[in-house]
Order: sequence, then structure tokens, then C-alpha cells
Amino acid sequence: MQPRAAAPHEILLPVKPAFIAATLFAALLINLLPWSGWLLAIKPDFVALAVLYWCIQEPRKVGFSTAFLLGLVMDVADGSLMGQHALAYSVLAFAGIVLHRRVRRFTMRSQVAQVIPLLLLNDLIVLALRMLAGAKFPGFIYFAGSFAGGALWPLVFLLFKLPQRPTSDPDHV
Amino acid sequence: MEYSAPPFFKRGPTPLVRLLVCTLLSCTLLVSDVHFRYLESVRQVVSVFLYPLQQLPGATASLFGRIGGFFVTQSALRTENAQLAERSLQDSALLQRYRSLEAENAHLRELVTARERFRESTVVAEVLYTGRDPFSRKVIIDKGQQHGVAAGQPVIDQLGVIGQVTRIYPWLSEVTLISDAEQSVPVQNLRNGLRAVLGGAGDDTQLELKFIPLNADFQNGDRLVTSGIDGVYPAGLPVATVSNVERDAGHLFARITCKPLAGIVNHRQVLVINWQNTAPAAPAAEAPPAPKKSRGGR
Repeated sequence: MQPRAAAPHEILLPVKPAFIAATLFAALLINLLPWSGWLLAIKPDFVALAVLYWCIQEPRKVGFSTAFLLGLVMDVADGSLMGQHALAYSVLAFAGIVLHRRVRRFTMRSQVAQVIPLLLLNDLIVLALRMLAGAKFPGFIYFAGSFAGGALWPLVFLLFKLPQRPTSDPDHV
Repeated sequence: MEYSAPPFFKRGPTPLVRLLVCTLLSCTLLVSDVHFRYLESVRQVVSVFLYPLQQLPGATASLFGRIGGFFVTQSALRTENAQLAERSLQDSALLQRYRSLEAENAHLRELVTARERFRESTVVAEVLYTGRDPFSRKVIIDKGQQHGVAAGQPVIDQLGVIGQVTRIYPWLSEVTLISDAEQSVPVQNLRNGLRAVLGGAGDDTQLELKFIPLNADFQNGDRLVTSGIDGVYPAGLPVATVSNVERDAGHLFARITCKPLAGIVNHRQVLVINWQNTAPAAPAAEAPPAPKKSRGGR
């Protein structure tokens, strides 16, 4: 099994804005699930993952305003500092938009290798802000979520691409 | 001679400029939240819209739970019933003793004309989920402003103190656990009455007694209850037991770690205590007018 992520010859249908909104909303819902215990410790930030995906795939449709607003919503939902997720997601959106041409050309495995540092950057920003505000370092388990997010990237890629695949075989007319 | 780009090429500001704008905005938000707490009303508004989303997973889970409830076998119900009957018998014995003690206590208090220390009403709440913020120890409970919960109220379970309500939303509130690094509880050693301040260590399994001199009399197994001198927690609620005492002459203070008595990570139902501290808050300021009033009444 060698999923060629790029597959440049494959022509996909244009993505529907409603589908983008639905996936972002679903990611938010998953983030809002009552996670607890070790699952909470290794839970990837699904909203960050979805924002990064869409910034890489559709940088003209999903950008800073979406990332920023979703960040604010996450801040309220988590009861954390107002603006910490907003800043982290904005930086993530920036990275996705700047790197979108590059990341899309790679195979799935190399994409994961590039997505993990971006998610780690997202975590590091939040960590830096919280430590500036006086919190203690929560231990290295804090970064586990980013690696879990990287591991989920192929799945996200497959799922989010599904509605764009042509329903009928183009070679079979 | 005005040449402007065709509309196709117009993409607005570059990503870097947008990033700068977003960074500035969020830094403003951060500073105003950390230093001035301006954003509580914004939080309230957004939380109202978030509430249905947060309730959705729980509602679906309870629906599945109810469906699953139809398939509970009779034997399971019988054994549970037997267990509950046995436990209620044990509890009723305890309850009777408690009632007699309460009556005796009230009588004694009347005798010494001591006023009741606090009149309490409680709100039973259910823990919805643990806070997702990895930097603090919080749980979200399903009762809020609409149910009479107010910020600052202590929260307990059947074994002891869990924490304190720190932020309220219309239908939810946020409880900071006693294990949070920024939370501290004034306590008293039940064995010898020594007062101390118990602080969280940011770890759910242990708490720390802060600034205790090396020679202070704390031993393993000592039970710590709230001292009530802060006016936040009513006096006498069990909080923790001392689990380890380290006296190192190289340090100024003893290192005393404690284990929380309440199941601060595995509780489901909790009790929010709504109590008025009827004891004079500041004796110097309030003590003089109090006797005058009582004399005038007689």
C-alpha cells in the first residue's frame, strides 16, 4: 500500500464550501467531546488538523479569518486564555498557506513528516504563551497530541478527499 | 495612467501582513484577558452558542445508555438491589447517629448562644467533562448561574473538598480542582489543630503543604480539614491526608505531600455549597456594631 498523496494526474471535482464548513464544524464537535484520562493526554487538536488541511488544500477558501475565529471558539470552550488558540491557529494557517504548494507534492509519508513539525509549532506557541502567563510546564506528554495528529493525517486526507473524487470512472465512457 | 491588476490577481494583503494583523489582534486579546479580565462578557456570549454543541455528545451518549438500559439482565438488577439495600441499612445507622449528633450539637450551640457558623444550601451537580486545558486542573459541571451557582463557592463530594467554582456560565460552571497549581486551601490538622495552607502541585494525585517550618508537628496519616478562616470554605470539611513528610535541613521549609481525600479525578456527582459566612468577616470592623444591634432588639 503506497498511497501517492500527490497523484498529480488525478483530476478532482472542486470542493464545496459547505463541505469545508461541515468538516471544520465536525472537528470542533470532536474537540468538544468529553475527553478524559490518557485519551485526553494524547488527543490531537482536531480543529488544528482540519485548519491545516484546508489551508494546504484550499488556501484561497480557508485562511486567517477562519483560523482566528475557530481559535477564539476553542479558547472559550477550553476556558483557556482568550487569544491563545487564535494566535496558534493563525500561525498554523500562515504555515499552511506558505507551504501549500510544497506539501501537496509529497507522498503521504513525507507529508506526515512535514505536518508533525507544524502541529508541534502550534503546541509550542500555546506553551510559550501559557508559560509567559505564569503556568508550569505540563510535561513532555503535552506534545503527544501533535504526533497523534500526524498519525491521523493520512486518514484526514482520505476522508476529506472523498467527496471530490469523481463518482464515475472517467476512462469508462 | 492608472494600471491596476485585473481582478483575478487581486488577493488582498500578503499572508505575512495577514499574519501580523492576526498576531496583533490575539496579543491584544491575551493581554486584556490576562491583565484586565475585560473579556468575561465575550466569553459568556460565545459560551451560550457553544452550550448546545457541548451538550450534544452527552445527550447522544445518554440516549445510547437508555437504549442499553433496556437490556440489563434481571440478575444484575437483583444483585445491585441487594447491595443497595445492604448499603442503605448501613447508611441509615450512620444517619441516625448523625441526626442525634446534629441535634446534640444544635442544643449545645444554643446553650453557649453561639451562632450557627453558616447556613448552607447545596446544589447537586454532575461533572460533564474534565477541562481540556493541559495547564490547569479544572472540571466543568452542569449547573450554572441559572441554578444559583456563583463564582467562589466551594465544591465537595461525599468524601471531601474537590475545589472551587472559578468561572460561571449561564448553564455551566468551571470548577478549579484543589490540585491546580494556583489553587490553595487553608487547612487545619485534625490531630493537633495546626493551621496551614494546602496548595496544588498541578498533579492530580498529590497536594503540598506550603511554607511549613521544619519542626512543625505533621506526621504521615494526619487528616487535614478546612480551617474556614478564609471565608471561602466552611470549616471542618475533610480535604487530604498527609502521605509523606520530608525534613531536609538544607531547606527552609519541610516538604509535606498529601493525598486528596475526595476523588478529584473520578467523581461524577458533586455538591456545590452555597453558604453565607455569618461569622464576622473582619472582626475589627464588624464586631462593634453587632452587639449594639442585638441590644437594640431587646
